Amino acid sequence: MKTLFLAAALAATPLLAFAQDAQELKAPDAFSDIADEGERSVALFGEMMKVIEHPRCLNCHPAGDTPLQGDDMHPHVPPVVRGEADFGAPGMNCTTCHGSENVAFLTGKGSIPGHSPWQLAPVEMAWVGKSAPEICAQLKDPERNGDRTLADLHEHFAEDGLVGWGWHPGEGRTPAPGSQEVMGQLVQAWIDTGAACPES
Amino acid sequence: MTSFTLNGKDVSVDVPDDTPLLWVLRDELRMTGTKFGCGIAQCGACTVVVDGMSRRSCVTPISTLEGASIETIEQLEGPEADAVRAAWEEIDVPQCGWCQSGQIVSATSLLRMIPKPTDEDIDNAMAGNICRCATYVRIRQAIHNAADTLEG
Repeated sequence: MKTLFLAAALAATPLLAFAQDAQELKAPDAFSDIADEGERSVALFGEMMKVIEHPRCLNCHPAGDTPLQGDDMHPHVPPVVRGEADFGAPGMNCTTCHGSENVAFLTGKGSIPGHSPWQLAPVEMAWVGKSAPEICAQLKDPERNGDRTLADLHEHFAEDGLVGWGWHPGEGRTPAPGSQEVMGQLVQAWIDTGAACPES
Repeated sequence: MTSFTLNGKDVSVDVPDDTPLLWVLRDELRMTGTKFGCGIAQCGACTVVVDGMSRRSCVTPISTLEGASIETIEQLEGPEADAVRAAWEEIDVPQCGWCQSGQIVSATSLLRMIPKPTDEDIDNAMAGNICRCATYVRIRQAIHNAADTLEG
């Protein structure tokens, strides 16, 4: 009983509540009480940003020619470069180390992440260092989104296997908030409400 | 059971699916030219060639290699490999030697893709092969020398 009481008290502390909230991803229903469709769309995009700004996504949407690594988003070790095909340099491609699935280290804690394909987002799709309005505008710009329609964008977020890896990143990496299914629902709801972008 | 081609010969091994290729090479097949350095794809000592691409064998589960063609330092063949070996000997690249089989495999892979690499090409391709004796200057020079040899 005493243990239960202690656990309840800890769960009620604001810090823990915040940490838990950061890992949650609200479904579109949570925004249904926002009457104005444009405001609802902006709020939905704000929820999408929890995923977009997560290290699992930002690390492979870097602003420069070097991917980032880890929850602290440090430069990739060993040092690697983007290369012409966003797949590393000749002789040191991403697949020199990254396989088709996560591989747990046998000699200690942790794992090396993997998925097929494994590569960087093109540099015009960089997210690191950009604000929500900038990322939103970029996502909708065919010049900077790989000539994707909004439906294509939904498919990228909701169905793409490498994007989905972000929720199953292997030991030693924090998964992206929520699930790819909820993220897909959020993107669809954002599109259905006009795909509005925040002003700040 | 996983079957693959190793240095041109058909090989089958019966080990747990998550056994790394490096463990299979060294412990099962007793091919100890490929070295264990870190076990977490951070040093490059265990580099081999899988289906024509350099690959860290310490993070390559054997189950992913069904039907693959694997080359190791023991039988690395072709004009690029010959040129690299000769260049390595010519200027005495190794010091302690532990990392060198990985260095030679990576250098050969690079020259197969870029016959006349620049310093930048070499640095990018070899960035994942660490040498605790810091023979990097000689490694880079030897790759240039090997490229000159290949050019004839």
